[in-house]
Amino acid sequence: MSFALSSEQEEFRDTLRRFFAESSPSTEVRRLMDTDRGFDDGVWKQMAEEIGLQGVVIPEASGGQGLSFAELALALGEMGRVLHPSPFLGSVVLAGRAVAHAASEAERSELLPAIAAGELATLAIAEPDVGRWDARGISLEATPAGDGVRLSGSKSFVLDGHTAARLLVVARTPGSRGEEGIGLYLVEGNATGLSRSRLDTLDATRRLARVELDAVEARPLGDPGNAWPALEHALCEASVALCAEMLGGMEHVLETSVEYARTRHQFGRAIGSFQAVKHMCADLLIGLEGARAAVDVAVDAVVENDPELPLLASIARAHCNEAYYRAARDNIQIHGGLGATYEFDAHLYLRRAKSSQQILGDTSFHRELIATELDRATA
Amino acid sequence: MKRKDTPEEAAFRSEARSWLDANAELRRGEGDWSNGPRVHTHEAEAEYFDRCRTWQRTKFDGGWACIAWPRKYGGRGGSAAQEIIYAQEEAAFDVTSGFLPASISLMGPALMRHGNEAQRERFLTPLQRGDEVWCQLFSEPEAGSDLAALRTRAELVDGEFIVNGQKLWTTSAQFADYGFLLARSNPDVPKHAGISFLLVDMSDPGVDVRPLPTCKGDRHFNEVFFTDVRIPVSNVVGEIDGGWAVAKTTLANESMAIGSGRRGRDTTAALVRFARDRGRWSDPLTRQRVATAYTQERVLGFLQDKLQQALLDGRSPDVDGSVMKVLWSETRSLKAEIGLDIQGAEGLLFGGDAFDRGFWQELVLDRPMGSIGGGTHEVHRNGIGERALGLPREPRVDREVAFRDLKTSMDGGTSK
Repeated sequence: MSFALSSEQEEFRDTLRRFFAESSPSTEVRRLMDTDRGFDDGVWKQMAEEIGLQGVVIPEASGGQGLSFAELALALGEMGRVLHPSPFLGSVVLAGRAVAHAASEAERSELLPAIAAGELATLAIAEPDVGRWDARGISLEATPAGDGVRLSGSKSFVLDGHTAARLLVVARTPGSRGEEGIGLYLVEGNATGLSRSRLDTLDATRRLARVELDAVEARPLGDPGNAWPALEHALCEASVALCAEMLGGMEHVLETSVEYARTRHQFGRAIGSFQAVKHMCADLLIGLEGARAAVDVAVDAVVENDPELPLLASIARAHCNEAYYRAARDNIQIHGGLGATYEFDAHLYLRRAKSSQQILGDTSFHRELIATELDRATA
Repeated sequence: MKRKDTPEEAAFRSEARSWLDANAELRRGEGDWSNGPRVHTHEAEAEYFDRCRTWQRTKFDGGWACIAWPRKYGGRGGSAAQEIIYAQEEAAFDVTSGFLPASISLMGPALMRHGNEAQRERFLTPLQRGDEVWCQLFSEPEAGSDLAALRTRAELVDGEFIVNGQKLWTTSAQFADYGFLLARSNPDVPKHAGISFLLVDMSDPGVDVRPLPTCKGDRHFNEVFFTDVRIPVSNVVGEIDGGWAVAKTTLANESMAIGSGRRGRDTTAALVRFARDRGRWSDPLTRQRVATAYTQERVLGFLQDKLQQALLDGRSPDVDGSVMKVLWSETRSLKAEIGLDIQGAEGLLFGGDAFDRGFWQELVLDRPMGSIGGGTHEVHRNGIGERALGLPREPRVDREVAFRDLKTSMDGGTSK
């Protein structure tokens, strides 16, 4: 794609924009914020059956559409614009990409069709207190038991962990350290010894859960013990996908700010004519233009399997994390008192932006990855 | 990611590459011939300027100087895409034309678009070859961000203009043969409507060039004083009193040229090596800050690639030039600050006593080159707000008033 959409991609984006405008207006988002599951089953079903969104990057042979990561990124951008609440990030992106990279071919053709059909899966990786999305943060152990494996320990910050039909749990072999011994394990949602509880979240449009495993029977996927590189790849893709979603939110927020600055009058003139407000808007555009380019480049890196992907994904995260938060924060500032009310949507974007900064590795985590990459490049 | 050349582009690229191979050496890094002077004496600057002029001549004689200009004006008659391809190839070589391409790209389009045939015939070829060097005589003490407030007078007497006044921030006026000058030819109309665009011979005895060293210590800026300098009416570009339209053509190219120019991608690598040498690279704060600067540098690079891509594809640029300019300048200054901070107490020193002869210190002092030069950040942020986002302008008090009735700082500094 390289910085420009094909006409098919534009059409795809426009279709999705209409779909989400209709299916996820603010009233609907707010209604779902107060439900336990946090999403609308009817809309989720429509996404799977009518548009095939859950299977957008899943190969046709596994019941998907076989489109590229660029289309997945466009879809996330449209969801991000309206704060569409659904298990898409957890199920399609995190679980879907983890299976795509870490599972064997036979397991992929068993698990991916279910994800494409809209069955909920999620990836349980980060753990309570530690909260890291890297190998260092994993201490939950997979203990051999008879023919199989049993998992004991806790996971947290699991997207839709309380509703997912299947959990892909990242665990390590007993006594292993660092990136060694990491494996991906499949746990059924109704397994004995599994307990899950929904957590209250800053961003009420996203569900997180804590998961406790007490000698839960689990099925190893792919090459257990050597799964880290594949999982790391999946996490990079998830970070790029998250950036694409943030980009959609940023665009919406800047449009809202500019529209208000153009129409709101104080002291007899539009507030956007005052430099203090105008310059705030200008800085948001500078951040947004950078985010667009960074996402384009990172998406291309996924599509082309560029070895620079980890660096480009972290660059995109480091930039988008800052740019989206600033946009969401200044959007409230530009709207003045109105922006600070519960009734007005600006705080929903602030909550989403701040939460997006903290998940899948926060800004300083990604900056440290960049610094490590610079170590290598300048050694 | 990498866009593939079309067969025609590939042929052009290889032609450019062969010519460069035959006429230049590859870059090595430290000590390159193309690096600017590190000592700011007039002699060092003059020697550097000669190098720039030599390369410009070589380029013109080989047919590579102004690739996208029409053949009838001495260009190659090529495309914007070819210009980019050539620049991509040239970047690997140890060559430079210094500020010459900037003045060529400001002056050339203005003459092509607004000049008459005689002016184009006379000036365009020596301009491209660097045989005649031009400087831009726009800014004044009382006309910075508000350029149209300029006060240098051009009075029409017996078929020639008599010019009196002072210009400021004139790059390389000490080496220039000619200047393009904005002057007030009619003070009785609103300020934008009474300006003429004049071509002035810098060797005129009434032109006095005095160096204006910057806070960093370099000497490429000047003050230029005009005392009864006579300029024939045939040297007016465009209409008499219609010079603002010509000036806008030159200014439009400027911010895009600044922000989308060659990148300094290896500056961060220099920063990392320097931090490592100083024992600061294991410090998490330093690592975070360097990673932040590197992120900005790469994002700026992505935007530059995106603009190039648009030009190569024949689309109009979809990122505002002021966005590029502000981002470029902020990135540059962030790296400078980190480079100085890494030094701790050593950062107190300067010049020969400092690390790298005070490279980072100078870069900190050089911040205004980006944040003020070529338009202040504030003017560019106004531009982004108004042009790119469609926000309303500030109400203005200077639009309908005759220039001579406008309030200025010299009236005492407080507004009426």
